[in-house]
Amino acid sequence: MSDVHVDIRLRRITKIYNEGDSATGVVLIVNNTKSDVSHQGVTLALDGRVNLKMSSKNIGVFESFYNSVKPIQLTSANIDILKPGRVKSGRTELPFEIPLKPRVANRPLYETYHGLYVNIEYMLMAEMKRSLRKDLRKEIEIVVEYKDKEQSFISPESTSFTLNPNSVQKTAKERETFPRFVIKGDLKTQGPIGSPMTGEITIESCEQPIKSIELQLMRVEVCGCAEGYSKDATEIQNIQIAEGDPCRNVAIPIYMVYPRLYTCPTLTTRNFQVEFEVNIIVIFQSQYLVSQKFPLQLSRF
Amino acid sequence: MGESSYNWVSRKRQYWREKRQLVFEETASHPLKGITVINSGKEQKKTDIPDFIDPLTALMDGRDPLSVLSLEKKVSVGVKEKEVIEKDEPFESWNTKKSAILAKYTTSETLSISVLCSDGDKMSVKSVVSETVRNRLEQLDDFEEGSVQETLNLSQQDYTKRIDDLNSELKISWQSDQRVRSLKIVIQCAKLLSDISVIQFYPSKFVLVTEILDTFGRLVFERIRDKSKIGSDIADKFTSDQVPESAKETCRNWFYKIASIRELLPRFYVECAILKCYRFLKLEPYKPALLRLSSMIRGVGDPLVAIYARCYLCRVASVLDKNLRVHLMPTYSDFLITFSQIRSERIQPLLVKNRIEMGVYMNLYSPALDWILQCVAYKASSSELKTILQTGRERSNSGILLHSILSAFQPDYIVGRSLEFAEMIKECKDVGISRSALYRRLGMCAVFAEVPVEHRLNLLNEVWNAVMKLADPGEYISCAEVWIEFVAKYFGKRELNTLLADVVKHMTCDRAFEDHYPELQSILGKILSTMTDFKTLFSLDKFLPFVDLFQKESVRIEIGKMIMDSYNKNSKEEATEDEVLINSLMYISRMMHDCVNALTLEDEVRSITGHIISYIRSVDFGRDFERQLSFYVECRATFSGLDGVTAFLVHCVNGLAMETRRIVNSVHTAKTAPFVRACVAYTFITIPSLNSMLEQFRLYILSGQVALCNQCFSQADAFFKAAVTLLKSIPPAIAIDGKSRSTEPFLVEYIQQFLSTLLYVPDNPDAGVLYLLNGLLNAVEAHDWDSSHDSKFHIFANVLCLLSSFSQEQYIYRIERVDSNDALYGSDNKFINELNSLACNVLEQCIIRIKELTPKRSAVLCSSLLNIVIAHADLNCSNIEILLKTLLTVLSETDLKLFSKIRKRVEEGLKTKDNQDKAFEKLLNCMNNLKT
Repeated sequence: MSDVHVDIRLRRITKIYNEGDSATGVVLIVNNTKSDVSHQGVTLALDGRVNLKMSSKNIGVFESFYNSVKPIQLTSANIDILKPGRVKSGRTELPFEIPLKPRVANRPLYETYHGLYVNIEYMLMAEMKRSLRKDLRKEIEIVVEYKDKEQSFISPESTSFTLNPNSVQKTAKERETFPRFVIKGDLKTQGPIGSPMTGEITIESCEQPIKSIELQLMRVEVCGCAEGYSKDATEIQNIQIAEGDPCRNVAIPIYMVYPRLYTCPTLTTRNFQVEFEVNIIVIFQSQYLVSQKFPLQLSRF
Repeated sequence: MGESSYNWVSRKRQYWREKRQLVFEETASHPLKGITVINSGKEQKKTDIPDFIDPLTALMDGRDPLSVLSLEKKVSVGVKEKEVIEKDEPFESWNTKKSAILAKYTTSETLSISVLCSDGDKMSVKSVVSETVRNRLEQLDDFEEGSVQETLNLSQQDYTKRIDDLNSELKISWQSDQRVRSLKIVIQCAKLLSDISVIQFYPSKFVLVTEILDTFGRLVFERIRDKSKIGSDIADKFTSDQVPESAKETCRNWFYKIASIRELLPRFYVECAILKCYRFLKLEPYKPALLRLSSMIRGVGDPLVAIYARCYLCRVASVLDKNLRVHLMPTYSDFLITFSQIRSERIQPLLVKNRIEMGVYMNLYSPALDWILQCVAYKASSSELKTILQTGRERSNSGILLHSILSAFQPDYIVGRSLEFAEMIKECKDVGISRSALYRRLGMCAVFAEVPVEHRLNLLNEVWNAVMKLADPGEYISCAEVWIEFVAKYFGKRELNTLLADVVKHMTCDRAFEDHYPELQSILGKILSTMTDFKTLFSLDKFLPFVDLFQKESVRIEIGKMIMDSYNKNSKEEATEDEVLINSLMYISRMMHDCVNALTLEDEVRSITGHIISYIRSVDFGRDFERQLSFYVECRATFSGLDGVTAFLVHCVNGLAMETRRIVNSVHTAKTAPFVRACVAYTFITIPSLNSMLEQFRLYILSGQVALCNQCFSQADAFFKAAVTLLKSIPPAIAIDGKSRSTEPFLVEYIQQFLSTLLYVPDNPDAGVLYLLNGLLNAVEAHDWDSSHDSKFHIFANVLCLLSSFSQEQYIYRIERVDSNDALYGSDNKFINELNSLACNVLEQCIIRIKELTPKRSAVLCSSLLNIVIAHADLNCSNIEILLKTLLTVLSETDLKLFSKIRKRVEEGLKTKDNQDKAFEKLLNCMNNLKT
């Protein structure tokens, strides 16, 4: 019934919280009917968990469907907003404050992360129970980030690289048909997630014209369970940094912003791992392709 | 009215006495002058009340639409001027360049466009993709963003329309809050710019697509600004700390979204489009972003796409703040690197595919390069300018660079180094842009700003040596056009003559002038504006050959008019005697005259006639009338095709005759008498050659008067006889201004003038009494008058007046030394009787006419006849009394208003103590009786 609905408004606009913070805001009940509405209580629940999914590689397709690993509970809290009663007509704002504390001491609140096989999410759900009618619910997601350097810090570091036909792992015979080229550059592979990945790439010499140079950001997720673990690398995004055949001996900038929610600081735990790597792909006009992988170490600060 | 005829006796008048009795009344206000309001102060001001309020203006409130429009224009010009910096350096805004680019870079080939056609869903997360198979990636790209439709084979107009449609689609999506869809549209548009398939159209495509990008940027900015609820008073000057967090969050979201656009070019263009939004986030917003964007372009492979991307960056930055210069030099150096790496083996297949040449391809760079250089040169330090010049010298295909430098830098800067630039142009290899275009640019700077004196001659020699050798006439004339102005401004007639000789030489080979009339015309215009002394101008021996280059008729007329206009404007003295000038102008006038043919428009003919007349008028030989007459004879022969000129010449010659008369005080000597006879003969011969009969008639009468004044009696007679004979051939209607107008009103006027003239024309003793008048009356009778007007009646009524005047002892006016009929006949009784019998006939005609008409119309005629009879006839005569009674009866029965008017006049007449007193009293009684 659209006459009555429930909403959650957080005071913090960015919805970004740290461990130990309390999420404050109001639960908003909008009653568009002319009379009071009765209910069996309004509650607010906080649920933070890690959802793991097994990939079909190690276990098989069917098992992977049925057998998802049990989610890991990171935090939960429940508060009663309103005792059963009536809600007047109009807008009713009920302030709340809910703490973000880890359930288990040795497992801190990991950062929010939406991946393919690993999902770390923190949801706030407001519920108004009603008799004889469907309960009203509203769910919003909040974002958790690490608080300080102690939790997550890596000093920035760059890696330089050189691409030439030798780096391609093919037989010597196949290499003959490959175009000759020398491409050099460097890339910041370690650093905070908030600042974009920077670097440079220079085409020193190349026989054939280049069609495109791309950066492919990949996530490497490892999920473990009783039967074993699976490691999968999937693409998050692909950013093109050169189109067509660029000039020789000109430093082309590498610049990529880490997307929010789909990336998080490199995370290694007992049950699962979330890591990132970037591929630099050079595609030639003749459909040849060269790529090199760079593992990344990301931190919050 | 029983009697069939009435007798007429004319009243004796005493003119001198009547004149004395006329009363003059002083008046204070001039009827045609406007309303003036005199302030209490010393000044006199005119009020705002217009002199004459036409009904349309009175209905309108506010201003009329045209002045509103002009006001608007002024306002928008004012706004544009604000964009120009207050300091001296001018900066052409993008809008002015836009239309030039769109007009220049067009194509007749077909274009294709691929855009979103259906409602796209939310951009789904880039999900499962296994290996790095980029083909699948690209496919998924397309399909994820909604189905893409490729519309092929659009003409340029359709393409432009399609882009406009996209623009409106963008706005509509935005307004209906489908912001994701708007972003997709913009990304698709930006992708269009990576397509260089129809390369000649690329600059125009750039202009069109960037408009969409600008729209998008503006929409995003406004949205975030609205969200941040910034008051309008600080709308332009707000800083990021005044922006609330929610707006900042929205802004950040936008930038995140754009940072994850996959392709390089859309990512770049969209970020540039919303560059202004950085202002919400940071205090020092733009510099790092500009530098980053500037280096991002290095990843674009195609040099044309790259330079236009750079151009867009510079443009967006200049809109934000013209003083942002941090990105400019890096952009420019990057461009130079790209430019130098344009390898011919890369470009060649492109040129072949598009079937264009290297020059045309290079030309595609110039709008972007011009813009970038303009941004760089604006308020640049002199060392920066020097570096740029240096690079211009060193590069191999530097033609296009030099061209843009010449366009972008300040003219003052360029003319200060003019010789250096001339050197550079000489050294520049002729790839891409032709040297003539460079010389032309240099010329434009040289004309606009002042070249230092010591350099002028060297510069001219340098440049002209090169220009002279240009083989292609098109190139040659485009340079010559500009440099001639330079020569005309700073050098004398010798140099100008040399240059003109060169131009003539170049243009006559292979009849090249036929293709370049506009340029030649502009050269002529420039010469005319700088050389105002026509004597010197015509003394240039190459000037007339230059004028001869214009062989197309319409162009000949144009330049003839140009020269005559300039002459009229500049020649301060009214008249000239200079042979050279006269002959040259005669040549020009003849040229214009000869171009008139049956197809020329009437307006054109009028205009040319006006110009020739002004020329003729300006020739004055002073007292040497014979020379003047021979000049007129020559003109008559030359300008025989134009009626207006012929008529004017007749007037001139008449004027000559009268002037002669004035000088000798109308006593002609043995020398002057033949001369005036020659003049009269001239007019007599010339008048029949006029096309318009009415004009002929009028001129006959006028020239007859002139002849009579000069005591050429037989000639005068001939004129008048010719006029009378002409009367029957005058058509009932002629075409004036394309409309057919009746000739009757004109005829009536001219005949009345004729009648007045006849008063002092002496009778020829060989012919009968008043034979001219009789002839005229017969002709009038024979003419086919329109029966709905009463022209004949009015003429006859006026004849009555004339006859009355004829019967006076001394005529009211006469010509000196010409004896009119009063002297000839001496008021002989026979003559008087003749007059009266003629008057009776005329009177009868008038009464017949009155009887024919309906009562209403006849009343009008009746009253006018009454007026004439009362004024001119002898009222004491009994016949006249009967006539009067009859007429009055008729009038009182039909129209009382007119009747009372007549009555009033009679009462007034009583006041003059005349010999008619008794008659008037009788008349009054009669009228009173009738009234009752």
